[in-house]
Amino acid sequence: MIYLNIIVAGLLTGAVYGLMALGLSVIFGVIRIVNFAHGEMMVVAMYAAWLLNQGLGLDPLAALPLVTAGLLCLGYALQRGLINRYIARPDHEQFLLLLAVAIIITASLLMGFGPDARNVQLAYAYDSYEVGGLLLDKVRVLAAASAALGALALTAFFRFTRTGKAIRACADNQFGAQVVGLDVKRLYAITFGLGAACVGAAGCLLLLLVDVQPYIATDYTLLAFIIVILGGLGSVSGALLGGLLVGVSEALSGFLVEPSFKSAISFGLLILVLLVRPQGLMGRRA
Amino acid sequence: MRAEALAGLRRREGVALALLAVALLAAPVVVNGYILSVLVLALFAAYFGTAWNLLTGFAGQLSLGHALYVGLGAYASAALFVRVGLPPWLGMIVGMAIAAAAGSIIGALSFRFGVTGVYFALLTIAFNEFTRILFDHFGWVGATSGLFLPVANRTHDNLWTLRGSPVMFYYLLLALTSAALLICHRLLNRRIGYYWQAIREDQEAAQALGINVFRTKLWAMALSAAMTALGGGVMAFYDNNLYPDTVFATGRSIEIITAPIIGGLGTLFGPILGAFVLTGLGEIMSWVSGSFHIDGLKQWCYGAALLAIVALQPSGLWPWLRSLLALGGGRR
Repeated sequence: MIYLNIIVAGLLTGAVYGLMALGLSVIFGVIRIVNFAHGEMMVVAMYAAWLLNQGLGLDPLAALPLVTAGLLCLGYALQRGLINRYIARPDHEQFLLLLAVAIIITASLLMGFGPDARNVQLAYAYDSYEVGGLLLDKVRVLAAASAALGALALTAFFRFTRTGKAIRACADNQFGAQVVGLDVKRLYAITFGLGAACVGAAGCLLLLLVDVQPYIATDYTLLAFIIVILGGLGSVSGALLGGLLVGVSEALSGFLVEPSFKSAISFGLLILVLLVRPQGLMGRRA
Repeated sequence: MRAEALAGLRRREGVALALLAVALLAAPVVVNGYILSVLVLALFAAYFGTAWNLLTGFAGQLSLGHALYVGLGAYASAALFVRVGLPPWLGMIVGMAIAAAAGSIIGALSFRFGVTGVYFALLTIAFNEFTRILFDHFGWVGATSGLFLPVANRTHDNLWTLRGSPVMFYYLLLALTSAALLICHRLLNRRIGYYWQAIREDQEAAQALGINVFRTKLWAMALSAAMTALGGGVMAFYDNNLYPDTVFATGRSIEIITAPIIGGLGTLFGPILGAFVLTGLGEIMSWVSGSFHIDGLKQWCYGAALLAIVALQPSGLWPWLRSLLALGGGRR
């Protein structure tokens, strides 16, 4: 029973990880740029949610739409103003560009908020549901449900709206999309905005579960990489599956082996998947 | 006409190189201890950058996990010295062998299974992080509590036991960096150098021409890893303390690769120029921001400087400086 409890807790956290990684996956799948500032963007969202909580007393769940919209605009502006110019450049130039963005974000947060860890106090922080002997933390259930909703909304957007279809067309064939008259640069900006919105929402949800501090950003960037590669870069279901997998493996290794070993197991999984199935569990071969 | 112009170029290059050599050789006599320590840092960055540039700049394989080889070299030589009493240089040879083996295994696994580009880069990060956490739990080398070398005697320079003053380390690093530069220069003009560049430009075309892509890339991995490990060994004896979380830090891998990219990826002098520019920039910024007492200001300026360079000189500072000084050398 204790194992089941741990696995379920891991799955619920994993859903939030999945939403975060989904942002990275969408950005790579369409724009073919690896967002090395992904964790940094999420930490921005976490601080935004924390500020709204401290200033207006908003619950991070209530702040979520605001923060998500804010990150959407930020991501759009970043792609439009900066990254669009580097689309056709070699990998290492794109890497340096996003590295510089990541450094600037972390340094700005450090200047604004200092190095101390911040968290939100919630009245329901220690509530839990009991379902047939299974103990579920209320915050984890809420976070996972919201993450699932977010992923669903994004999938619906890509499937049913005109803009979503146009973005998928860009991802399939950038040149063809240009030929039929799609404004590829604008669509890229929207895509980067959507990817940022995913981390915006994930950041609010994660603030329910962990403390925020400027330097945690790199760890989350790496975590997002692990997840999307496990699942397959560019695949929506893959990112979610990868998130769940990493959530469970972290929870189990924290319990069975040693908490400090949990990321070693995630990296081990990543190495295994890259070698056996480099396109990821759910990915297609390019 | 053309030959005369070429001779003129050679002369200019020779003069520039001689001036640089004199400046670098004379530096320890002129500068104070603080600047010397900064110069040592810059030389470390230049050496590591040159070793990394061999793999990524010449052979075109983007590695984001070179701290792995720094750490293997550092830990091998330091642990063998402390635990077994093996002289540093022998320990470094062991470290180079281990790193070359690790690089070959990672390369063999990735290239065999067709892991390239971004995926290869992320795989190198994964191996680096995985090893870091292993060393966190590796009791023989001190695990998280660190590995310490006996305190250095800074009055007597002993090149064999690597105990001595920063000046000794400065000249040692200068020699190593020059040797690395020379090796790169020689290799580039040999068959394997041309193979590497062919693979970098178009792997499929290189394969179609009959180049053994797999073996050629493995050579680049092994050579770059071994060179990096040698620097790691020297670093262990310069720092005198090793912690897995700093030695194997992904941040170190990033530091190693920013200098060559800033300086000019795939050029010979780029990594060295980039190392001196970035180290100098970092020191100036900590000096300036230190007077403001704001956390993060230094990193912010550093990030802004990187952004400015990638926006204005995306192919690096060296190609720009070279044309400014009207030096020759083609793409190098």
